[in-house]
Amino acid sequence: MRWFWMDRFTEMTSGQSAEAVKTVSLSEPQLHDHFYCIPTMPNSLILEGMAQTSGMLVSEYNGFRERVILAKVPKVQFYFRAVPGDTLIYRAKIEDIDADGARATTTSHVGDRLQAEAEILFVHLDRQTAHRPLFERGEFLSILRVLRILEVARKPDGSRIPLPEHLL
Amino acid sequence: MATKEEVFDKVQAALVDALGVDDDEVTPEATLVGDLGAESIDFLDIVFRLEKAFSIKIPRGELFPEDILTSSDYVVDGKINAAGLEELKKRMPFADLSSFEQNPAVQDFANALTVQDMCNYVASKVD
Repeated sequence: MRWFWMDRFTEMTSGQSAEAVKTVSLSEPQLHDHFYCIPTMPNSLILEGMAQTSGMLVSEYNGFRERVILAKVPKVQFYFRAVPGDTLIYRAKIEDIDADGARATTTSHVGDRLQAEAEILFVHLDRQTAHRPLFERGEFLSILRVLRILEVARKPDGSRIPLPEHLL
Repeated sequence: MATKEEVFDKVQAALVDALGVDDDEVTPEATLVGDLGAESIDFLDIVFRLEKAFSIKIPRGELFPEDILTSSDYVVDGKINAAGLEELKKRMPFADLSSFEQNPAVQDFANALTVQDMCNYVASKVD
């Protein structure tokens, strides 16, 4: 099992913004206990989905070479419950990015309704302290394909991003 | 050129947003770590917010000279030596390090930086 809390990306503009969707299904086990007879998508997992959407956007900016770590959530606000049958649209925008990390703002919508919004801070883990790879060879590339990131990601001029060959 | 009040107001707003503290806690004398509870990860957040608020670029190590604090040339038995203190003062003319100099333990350095020091730093960048 993979810790994916969005189903696929629908847009990504390198260094700027991204959009991903998450469909909430009653077959997801966490909804059966959260809460009994009142299935509610946990806000913590919605935040994780927004963070994954933002984190992939941040990671793409450096050709997926940096280890992007969620460091801090300075602000998060939820406005209503997400329930089975909802399709959550996660949108992420890079506010600041440099060699040390990035700050992103992100939202979750159900239709036109703002369901949640957050600010998220990411850091680039120091390569000198990273002693072993996080993924098996080709594994991370598979994740990018499963999430359709390589399919939808574009540079700001509209051209496709190149295949990150170092991940092959 | 920004007035002292304008600089303070923007620094205060950045710290309120980054640290989740109240406006009235962000006084010029407040220390970032001891009084406002800043942790190491917060400094990147603060730097991003200051850069945006003042349209400035803050080079790595300029506001928080970590290289000095981790250098064996400047740190002996957990304390900054005389050469290190000189280097700190040269690199951080905006900071009042007089209290820190009394007992320059590396672990206490982060607590030496005050809101006023940060305002002084930003003012030096926007002037």
